[in-house]
Amino acid sequence: MGVADLVFYLFAITTLAGGLMTVVSKNPVHSVLWLVSAFLSAAGLFILLGAEFVAMLLVIVYVGAVMVLFLFVVMMLDVDYEELRGQMAKYVPLALLIGTIFLMDLGLAFGNWEFAETAKAARAAPAPDLGELHNTAALGRLIYDDYLYLFQAAGLILLVAMVGAIVLSLRHRKDVKRQNVVEQMHRDPAKSMELKDVKPGQGL
Amino acid sequence: MIGLEHYLSLAAGLFVIGIFGIFLNRKNVIIILMSIELMLLAVNINLVAFSYFLGDLVGQIFTLFVLTVAAAEASIGLAILVVFYRNRGSIEVEDVNVMKG
Repeated sequence: MGVADLVFYLFAITTLAGGLMTVVSKNPVHSVLWLVSAFLSAAGLFILLGAEFVAMLLVIVYVGAVMVLFLFVVMMLDVDYEELRGQMAKYVPLALLIGTIFLMDLGLAFGNWEFAETAKAARAAPAPDLGELHNTAALGRLIYDDYLYLFQAAGLILLVAMVGAIVLSLRHRKDVKRQNVVEQMHRDPAKSMELKDVKPGQGL
Repeated sequence: MIGLEHYLSLAAGLFVIGIFGIFLNRKNVIIILMSIELMLLAVNINLVAFSYFLGDLVGQIFTLFVLTVAAAEASIGLAILVVFYRNRGSIEVEDVNVMKG
């Protein structure tokens, strides 16, 4: 067994353990941290498969942004998580049953099979030799040459998601004093100040 | 020697863990969202593994788009969750059916 095999098993075990602990751990903050470990090991697997760009994307976008968002929401919501978990034991048999059935379904696919003879010829974009062009550059060429419209559509999806998230979570409080910039700019010194001649001993 | 089957088994295990998590945490939406992320990760592992063993880069491109959609989905889901919590004071999924137009 070579080093690559050992590394694969290490990352595979940490990925699966991280995933399992994500769904069974008591504290949601721990869940998020286990999920981060699962994603990091999956990034390791991607590097093992020679997909450096996707691996770095996973680390930066997923661990760096999405997981932090999860952590933020988990910590922001003041929820009694113990209460939410109260009846978890009730669901274990059903969940185990469905999980086993799915695993058996998927297991059926791992019998004796191989790529079709035409599979090699049907490749849309054969990966170039590593000495010729490395993974990130090859992906970049592919995205900007062949998949440009899809790439733009992905950007549009992110824009819509951003606008949607802001619209959903923005709220205007009525009971808070706010700065009114237009009113401030149109304030006239002549109207806002008045000089009075106060006589001694009389007052106004 | 690690073959495609190893990666496919790993992805299948991860996918099943995701499904298991959805059924296990029926009340906690945050964990359900995380389970969905796990399932999408399993799909990504499948795509990248096929991309490597077949020598076709399109699998990685597809992974990229799956990642994009997953990130968008997570942000929208969490935003809905925050609004829901603000209105109801809890995040129990069983109450969601009262959320009408």
